[in-house]
Amino acid sequence: MTERIAILGGYVVDPSNGIEGKHDLYLADGRVASLARAPDGFTADRTIAADGQIVCPGFIDLCARLREPGYEHKAAIAGESEAASASGITALCCPPDTDPVIDTPAVANLIRERAQQVGKLRVLPTGALTRGLQGKDLSEMSALKRAGCVAVSNAHAPMANTLVLRRALEYAASHDLLVVIRPEDPWLADRGCVHEGPTATRLGLPGIPDAAETVAIAQVLALVEHTAARVHFAQLSCARAARMVARAREKGAPVSADVAAHQLHLTEMDIDGFNAMCHVRPPLRSLADRDALREALKNGVITAICSDHQPHEPDAKLDVFPSTEPGVASLEMLLPLTLKLVDEDVLSLSRAIALLTQGPAAIMGIETGTLSVGASADICIFDPEDAWTIDGTTWHSSGRNTPYWGQTVKGRVTYTLLNGRVVFELRSNQR
Amino acid sequence: MNPTQADILQLDSTGRLKHFLTVEGLSRDLLVKIMDTAESFASVTEQTVKKVPLLRGKTVVNLFFENSTRTRTTFELAAKRLSADVLNLNIATSATSKGESLLDTIRNLEAMHVDMFVVRHAESGAAHFIARHVAPHISVINGGDGRHAHPTQAMLDVFTIRKFKGDFANLKVAIVGDILHSRVARSEIHALNTLGAAEVRVIGPKTLLPAVVETLGVTTFHDLEEGLENVDVVIMLRLQKERMSGAFIPSEHEYFACFGLTEKRLARAKPDVIVMHPGPINRGVEIDSQVADGPHSVILQQVDHGIAVRMAILSMAMRPDLETSSGDRAI
Repeated sequence: MTERIAILGGYVVDPSNGIEGKHDLYLADGRVASLARAPDGFTADRTIAADGQIVCPGFIDLCARLREPGYEHKAAIAGESEAASASGITALCCPPDTDPVIDTPAVANLIRERAQQVGKLRVLPTGALTRGLQGKDLSEMSALKRAGCVAVSNAHAPMANTLVLRRALEYAASHDLLVVIRPEDPWLADRGCVHEGPTATRLGLPGIPDAAETVAIAQVLALVEHTAARVHFAQLSCARAARMVARAREKGAPVSADVAAHQLHLTEMDIDGFNAMCHVRPPLRSLADRDALREALKNGVITAICSDHQPHEPDAKLDVFPSTEPGVASLEMLLPLTLKLVDEDVLSLSRAIALLTQGPAAIMGIETGTLSVGASADICIFDPEDAWTIDGTTWHSSGRNTPYWGQTVKGRVTYTLLNGRVVFELRSNQR
Repeated sequence: MNPTQADILQLDSTGRLKHFLTVEGLSRDLLVKIMDTAESFASVTEQTVKKVPLLRGKTVVNLFFENSTRTRTTFELAAKRLSADVLNLNIATSATSKGESLLDTIRNLEAMHVDMFVVRHAESGAAHFIARHVAPHISVINGGDGRHAHPTQAMLDVFTIRKFKGDFANLKVAIVGDILHSRVARSEIHALNTLGAAEVRVIGPKTLLPAVVETLGVTTFHDLEEGLENVDVVIMLRLQKERMSGAFIPSEHEYFACFGLTEKRLARAKPDVIVMHPGPINRGVEIDSQVADGPHSVILQQVDHGIAVRMAILSMAMRPDLETSSGDRAI
């Protein structure tokens, strides 16, 4: 029996219904019961005072690695669920590159069951596109779909050849599965670890040209025309890629794209001095690329911002730059980095929230990310002005690999609700 | 120009050398001081007793994660002539291949109370990484990291150029060959630009030039003869055999035909041009023997200068208390 909850005095932002304004919100039976006016006979078991705060749908993160099973020395489902929940995230997709990979229903079920035991958020495993992510044989996609996978992907692993890619797209389309592509041509990327640009040239680091991304996208777009598969391009990194996706969408191709939050702020210049915390894949690119990605959010080419969360153990970053593992721990940066775009006048508040809620929900075809009456009460309440410092007392993820460590950021989640249940509440001594 | 991360790391609070990781970002004055100090040591190497007691009681560890004969030997000689104790560690065949992390290797050596690491490593950023993590009393000298920097080689090259040409202001310098993979080229470009060379050119096929190489402050040529026109200094780079398998160039034969330095091509340069090479040279691949052994070649002088320049850098980094610009006091 879930509580009946009244969230009073908050500024409600629900892009899916075009709502933005000061309203009370009433929840019953784990669902949104009413906006603005209490339903007849509604008595709240609990009221949450949300004055001065934003009330919006819980965030949906299209790419976050929880590291379980297989990489528990980096992180685990329980701990990362806490981190996600403390960041207002109520649903996330985890890529299939666990160990074993998510290429059987057993692994997908294991992850979902663990996440359900923790009970903090909906974890949506993305199935493997090919068996073992080897890029050679198709995975049992129908079985994966029955096990709850809404999408399939080969994550960072390359496909053996274009024929396998074509067949994988065709087969996924036959089962109406979304294919998530992290576009990177493995030969052009070679052993690169940073953007092929002035910083790579100066530091003598092997570069990854933006053509590694555009060549891969061009290939997939040509095959999409051929197969009519639904494709989502994950974590775009460069201006040219955004332009290609824009053109394809204009022509009506069934493709979408997201971007990782850090790509909207950091650039290749941030790796100066061999800063391994800024070693990410795809690499941080030029200022012009970053600005083009921001522009693509504005004009609706990119419809979701994800965290691309990759928690690591400290040793993973304690080596010479090219030998460090790429990735940032970033669940907890998703909201602050997105709000920063509002502060910098790149996005309106409602557009920013859409990119964390309505946008990703539409890409994945899931029915959350909205405050429509009757929808699951997955809700995030946050204080957009609250500044907090990233340190051991405020951080939840096992991974502390972030270039923002020690910095002060704005935007702090006070409550997260899943199915009408409070799953996170900021402790009063933290406020 | 804003101070780069490297400056902050390699200079102490008074602006003196603490580590020597890269030439980039160092002031012209500091580079001149290194050359002046090297000049004062050059005479030491010509004496019968080739030693000064500057670093007596100090221990220098040559930490080589990548094979090298010339660089390691000259560092060893330089340290010994400064009366330091020298420990040569060839890690390529040692600890890290047994699975020990780089940081653990460093921690173990630190525990042996050493004073300086001279580091050579196959990956860019290795010297920076070590400098950032060593105990505060230890100095780190970059003996070459990946494609990034080889600052002592660059300093001995500019020292050599100064010996023959005096001033940098009117000099046109061409660096020829595999710039993409060359730490020597990167450090030379920074050194020459800081010292005010009139023009630094890089010459090579596009496959062997880094992306946006002109952002380093060079002009680019893909034709050797055009690039050599009127230059005062030619620096040839070694072409590694593995570039053939990586589809960078079709063959040694074609490379020599396009970018090999011959007497005929050298005639395009100024009459008093000097030819340099960081070694080891590939005769008949990047340079013709007649040029390598010819009157314009200063390749062997470079090797000789390597010792004095490294003595200067070792002493400046380990004894910031000495005002080393005075040669008398150093001896």
